[in-house]
Amino acid sequence: MSDALPIEVTSPTPLLELRGISKEFPGVKALDDVSFAVYPGEVHMLLGENGAGKSSLMKVLCGAYRADAGEFYYEGKKVAISSTADAQKLGIAVIFQEFSLVPYLDIAQNIFLGREPGGRIPGTIDRRKILADAKRVLGTIGFDIDPSTTVDKLGVAQQQMVEIAKAISQNARILVMDEPTAALSDRETELLFELIARLKADGVSIVYISHRMAEVFALGDRITVLRDGRRIDGVRPADVTPDQLVRMMVGRNVDMTYPRHFADKPGELLLEVKGLSSATGISDINIEVRRGEIVGLCGLVGSGRSEVARAIFGADPVTSGEIIFDGKTISGEPDLAARRGIALIPESRKSEGLALLRSVSDNLVVSALRKLFPSGLFDQRAAQRTADGLIRQLRIATPSARQTVGLLSGGNQQKVVIGKWLAAGSKLFIFDEPTRGIDIGAKSEIFALIDRLVAEGAAALMISSEQIEICHVCDRAYVMREGRIAGHLTRNELTEENIVRLGMHHA
Amino acid sequence: MTDITKEAIMPARSFLSQDAIQVFYRLLAAFLICAVLAVLSDSFLSLGNILNVLRQASLTFFIASGLTLVVLTAGLDLSVGANVALSACIAGTVIHKTGSPALGILTGLACGGIVGLLNGIMVTALRIPSFIATYGMLWVLNGLTYWYMAGETLHGFPAGFRQIGSGYLFGLPIPVYLLLVFLGIGTFFAQRTVWGQEIYAIGANPVAARLSGIPVARRLLLVYAVSGTMAGLASIIFLSRLNSAEADIGESLTLPAIAAVLIGGTSLFGGVGTVFGTFIGALILTLVLNGMNLLSVSANWQPLVTGIIVILAVWLDMKTRRRAQ
Repeated sequence: MSDALPIEVTSPTPLLELRGISKEFPGVKALDDVSFAVYPGEVHMLLGENGAGKSSLMKVLCGAYRADAGEFYYEGKKVAISSTADAQKLGIAVIFQEFSLVPYLDIAQNIFLGREPGGRIPGTIDRRKILADAKRVLGTIGFDIDPSTTVDKLGVAQQQMVEIAKAISQNARILVMDEPTAALSDRETELLFELIARLKADGVSIVYISHRMAEVFALGDRITVLRDGRRIDGVRPADVTPDQLVRMMVGRNVDMTYPRHFADKPGELLLEVKGLSSATGISDINIEVRRGEIVGLCGLVGSGRSEVARAIFGADPVTSGEIIFDGKTISGEPDLAARRGIALIPESRKSEGLALLRSVSDNLVVSALRKLFPSGLFDQRAAQRTADGLIRQLRIATPSARQTVGLLSGGNQQKVVIGKWLAAGSKLFIFDEPTRGIDIGAKSEIFALIDRLVAEGAAALMISSEQIEICHVCDRAYVMREGRIAGHLTRNELTEENIVRLGMHHA
Repeated sequence: MTDITKEAIMPARSFLSQDAIQVFYRLLAAFLICAVLAVLSDSFLSLGNILNVLRQASLTFFIASGLTLVVLTAGLDLSVGANVALSACIAGTVIHKTGSPALGILTGLACGGIVGLLNGIMVTALRIPSFIATYGMLWVLNGLTYWYMAGETLHGFPAGFRQIGSGYLFGLPIPVYLLLVFLGIGTFFAQRTVWGQEIYAIGANPVAARLSGIPVARRLLLVYAVSGTMAGLASIIFLSRLNSAEADIGESLTLPAIAAVLIGGTSLFGGVGTVFGTFIGALILTLVLNGMNLLSVSANWQPLVTGIIVILAVWLDMKTRRRAQ
């Protein structure tokens, strides 16, 4: 499979071709004999679960990793990519998920960072030229903004545009994008897709990594699927179904409809939020969650969903309103909410959910220390036993409980964050984007877990931008708009259209 | 290292924990220094000299042990030396005025503890970065002490009280017993209590610790109060050993204490380190100074050597940890 091209070619020679690329790290073959071709002006989707080798392939492409074996051909001629400078010369640019912009410099300075046009006096920068050049580059991608705006004032979508402008200004012919829509709203995503269409028309090739099936079919000209460091197949979107793609990615059948056992009637009231407002811009929030329910909290990014979650958990100061949990009013810091039985699984698990340098065991017991060791005396062995139990129960893939948690994959890290609240015996689980950056296999495992939790009498409040997940999994949902609850949808009313309709900004 | 490579490589953690390995390296270094000094100097291995080293190390250790907890939370307490001076002067005054060493000791500990608590309040309630809050506190305490002492020196304390710093029990200096006791308490507190675990968790990621339900502010208050109280304890030992108190006795204490913490392998970024490591750090520091004395190297070289050891120790830590990740 390695040297044969996957499908008939559209253009005689690929712009860039990788043949038989292998890359090994101690103990792991990150890439195993992977071949991959990019043709001019195509959008090439790169699919695979976390750890399948997408990121490694991307790093090889941009010269951050040196391949152990394999060859590169640029327009049919053999080339070497052994440094980022090599890749840049070939016109390969990467837009990582974490942007590499300098927040306190302006847009123009960021675009031309390290390549600033010199002024008349040696060592100075021609400020007027840099602004004019930036304006021109921004114009070519249709981004209308003052290039002297500092980057820290920009939103995620705008920063992404600056990254793209920077790549274009370096005459990039191959643009590699790593889950570019992960942090974008629907509207921003649309704008990005328009831009991608425009770049394609200009002959720029795009290698696009995504976890979202809809995007793969909406944008892709071709699809390459990786699994366990190997190239599984190359296909055209027209020739496959989403289910077939998922099978290729995971190597087994995965139910795309998430498992959920809906209760006949909801249990007793567990959480009651009355007229809640906080300093972070949410106002007059009224929410009820009953035992046995999964309640969705939807709305656009920035509509105040995470802020509601944080306010309930005590992480942000409440300015007015009341939170009644399990029959008792609750107000205070997160330690109080946690002790009462509320769990928050935050959106950014790396920065807010885990101590990355500590062990899996340390992270799993951190919220349960009081419960496990009521005397205040800590016992490492007992902690480890608890951790081992959770590792088995949640099927966390780790060599041992002593493994550093930062070395696990995203899905397994998420399981650790959930696991620490299982250990604590929480009753209400507030999930903030529980499946972000998690591969499909791990996703359905996490939903199965949430389903089991609520079946056993717990309750869940779930924030998600994936409306399809909300529709599949939730008993009902609240939709937020501009810091307020814009509407409530029952199980029967829960459709993507209804969520979007309620969440949209309109009169 | 990037997340991607972290995810790709998944080495099993070695049998020994990172902490154990770091401590092992340090013990090895201390033994090496001892071996070299034993060869170079005849008097190094004499009982008198070894006891002297231990006693001096204990003084650094008392301050550094409390400081270790602060550094574990990714904070710093720059006021420990000034705190020792103020506590010593106040305790000394109380002993002079009342004639009761017990009352003096309590006052010294309380003074240290209150100063620590004030540091903690500045760091938690006022959200002032710890090194700035405690740096300000250093000046405030110095100011108070100089004003209070007005250039005077307190000296001449009861013989019983002086035993604490200079007395012997079964042939060992009393500070060495205190060292063992507090080494035990400190290690137990950090490794075997829920509070200790929470302190490590706070240092490793304060945001995640708070969102995991750890009462971060209360634990930080505790940590700064402990650091202050340990400075109070050190002040008593100093007072008793020197048999006098002056306003400036704390000035040369803070930086060696920080050096002991760093040489001992506690990371300034928090979450990594042990109290036992700090003890060895204090020991290494004292051994080197002692060796230089024995070998008649000018005392002027001591700061330079200390600096090199600190940089070397931290650099080696970073290297070994990077490999471990």
